[in-house]
Amino acid sequence: MPDQHSRPLAAKTRLMVAFVVLSNAFGNFFMGWGVKHQPPTSGLLGPVLSLFNPWVALGVTLLILWMLSRMTLLSWADLSYVLPVTSLGYVVSAILGHVFLNEYISPQRWAGTLLIVAGTALVGLTAPNSTARKDAA
Amino acid sequence: MTAWLYVALIVAATAAADVLQSREMKDHGAIHESGPSALARALSALARRGYLILAVCFMAVSFFAFLKLLELADFTFAVPATAASYVVETLLARFVLKEHVGGRRWAGTLLVAVGVALLAV
Repeated sequence: MPDQHSRPLAAKTRLMVAFVVLSNAFGNFFMGWGVKHQPPTSGLLGPVLSLFNPWVALGVTLLILWMLSRMTLLSWADLSYVLPVTSLGYVVSAILGHVFLNEYISPQRWAGTLLIVAGTALVGLTAPNSTARKDAA
Repeated sequence: MTAWLYVALIVAATAAADVLQSREMKDHGAIHESGPSALARALSALARRGYLILAVCFMAVSFFAFLKLLELADFTFAVPATAASYVVETLLARFVLKEHVGGRRWAGTLLVAVGVALLAV
């Protein structure tokens, strides 16, 4: 039987889910913030020059950490678990946009946010891993 | 019509990228160690996995196709349409990766897919 009843692994998995969600939401937010608050760039070098903007660099660093942590999470947990639970990133992004960018959230968007939270809670109640896998480094 | 072709391409490329990534990470085994040297060891082992490199290529296809879709259609169309990938990927996880997807996980996934679709309204 795979380690689906392992409590320490389940706790570690939830911690990693939180890290994946936050690194993605804050990575996108800082990158967007940096691009919006820099002088306009033109030509092919524009996106490359953006990388020297500290906010964009911070965003890109967080997105690299997001990709590595998501791969680690996929080494422990099912894809059918990781996909829905990490969709909480949409909710965090909406809250960041509302709080820091004064973006309007329509009633439909709040309804969508509630559905994502409910769906994540439902999937979060299932065992993260249903397939056998070995241990690596 | 062209927009729908891009939606199909995004959903297919995202699903392929995630299924390949998940398959390779399952095969590699659970990563427990942390720290720079453990990370370097894991990365060098992962860089030798052909399907993982293919997964990164599919991620790039999905990313650029999404950018193109945003040129052709509104954001309010692009995000809900690509939420279909949740359902497609869960089906692939069940039948290709042989994961156990029970009623509770299906219900949660469908709620998330509808929620993501509503976000762009």
